[in-house]
Amino acid sequence: MTPKSDRRFGMAVDMVACVGCSACVIACRDENDVPEGHSRRWVMEVVRGRFPELTAEVWSDCCQHCDNPPCVTSCPTGASHVHKATGTTQVHKEMCTGCKACVASCPYGARYIHPKGYIDKCTLCVHRLERGDNTACEAVCPTSAIVVGDLDDPNSEISRVIRTRRFKQQKLDAGTKPRFFLLQ
Amino acid sequence: MMHIDQYAEITSTRANPHIDPTLHIWGWEVPIYLFLGGLVAGLLILNAFAVLSRREKELPAMSGIFPILSAPLLALGLGALFLDLEHKLHVFRFYTTFQVTSPMSWGSWILLVVFATAGLVGLSTYVKSSWPMAIYVKRLPLVDKLEAFADRHARGLAIANAVLGVSLGIYTGILLSNFAARPLWNSGLLGPLFLISGLSTGAAMGALLSRDRDEREGLLRLDLVLMVTEGLILGLWIISLISGGEAARASVELILGGPFGAVFWTLVVVIGLGLPILLEVMAMKGRWRGTLVAPALVLVGGLSLRFVLVYAGQYIGY
Repeated sequence: MTPKSDRRFGMAVDMVACVGCSACVIACRDENDVPEGHSRRWVMEVVRGRFPELTAEVWSDCCQHCDNPPCVTSCPTGASHVHKATGTTQVHKEMCTGCKACVASCPYGARYIHPKGYIDKCTLCVHRLERGDNTACEAVCPTSAIVVGDLDDPNSEISRVIRTRRFKQQKLDAGTKPRFFLLQ
Repeated sequence: MMHIDQYAEITSTRANPHIDPTLHIWGWEVPIYLFLGGLVAGLLILNAFAVLSRREKELPAMSGIFPILSAPLLALGLGALFLDLEHKLHVFRFYTTFQVTSPMSWGSWILLVVFATAGLVGLSTYVKSSWPMAIYVKRLPLVDKLEAFADRHARGLAIANAVLGVSLGIYTGILLSNFAARPLWNSGLLGPLFLISGLSTGAAMGALLSRDRDEREGLLRLDLVLMVTEGLILGLWIISLISGGEAARASVELILGGPFGAVFWTLVVVIGLGLPILLEVMAMKGRWRGTLVAPALVLVGGLSLRFVLVYAGQYIGY
């Protein structure tokens, strides 16, 4: 059922480098006109223990642009789709009825209801990728914690980091085959 | 948003409306639609039974009232579903495509065909009835042709309604069970559960509406069998979730003892199944003058089942 695409863009976030500054969240909001009170990106923080004995994991999170996206297979109109050139998960807003099947199907809660009545989400800045640019979040990150690239291209930076770094992925049990990697 | 589990304090800066802290995207509209869809599925199947067994005269409500109610009740349910859409002007998009992996796409096409077949049988039954306005509707253009067509193909339409009724009943469950991200819904048993529950509410509605004693008692006996079956499927569904993985177990705890426990046990289990089963058994043994309390409770139970499932299912994810 995995929809075919020419390339498979994904994202890696280096939890060692990420300081949770939210610059990516602001850059995303600015680049994509994300409506007030809504987020395509967000920052997660998991703290174990009590000061001074504690560990913390911090990362910037978003749509996982899954290989097996349930938001696409559950969409009754074809509005939710896989972008042919980049393999990213997108929404044709003019085809969306706002039935919210995709929102219910996403284990990551990555989608939200745009005040104009369609479902909106991270596009992996596909408009920038198409002109050979990087994403707004990657461009702005002060610690270079975000890496975006084609997972099918063995020479891409993302392919290199997931070959050489330990990583974990979120909610693999849900069977979505996420293309989002948390470097440890 | 902050969440504390056994070993960690988890904080997220995300606060999207209706998504955080827990998903709540579907309100009353969806359970109302699922209830009416299941009820109509039940009415269509029972009507088809009356027609195909050639017992129209002995089963006046099933053959004379059910078809007239089917299409309007379905329209009411679809009206609720329409209200749920965030972009109502785009509703036509359901009918410019067919998405094979989306139960909602299957459902929208099934509903279209159900409207045609149930509407035809309903119209033909209605214009022959003594219902208000029937004689005026009969005089409208085209109505006589549609009536003649429905009468000529009465058995074919009955078979179609039976098949479509089963599809509609199962689909109302599969609509929810298709979401792997919602462990409470993610069970194939939801299909048969909603089908049997829909049949049960259909039979209960017939018992409330029928003026024929034999038909009413027949429907109540049928409903007893359906309620026991529904109880068994409900039990199997709970067992499969309890013995499933962490996510499945946590989700079923919501309705067994968590925030939805009280509603589930009182409205779905006791009022919707236990009490009507008890009343029906007592009526059969002559210890209770069979009244309309039991079928009314069945309708309350059917509606509650869908409300509890739709609300609780969103409450927890993977």
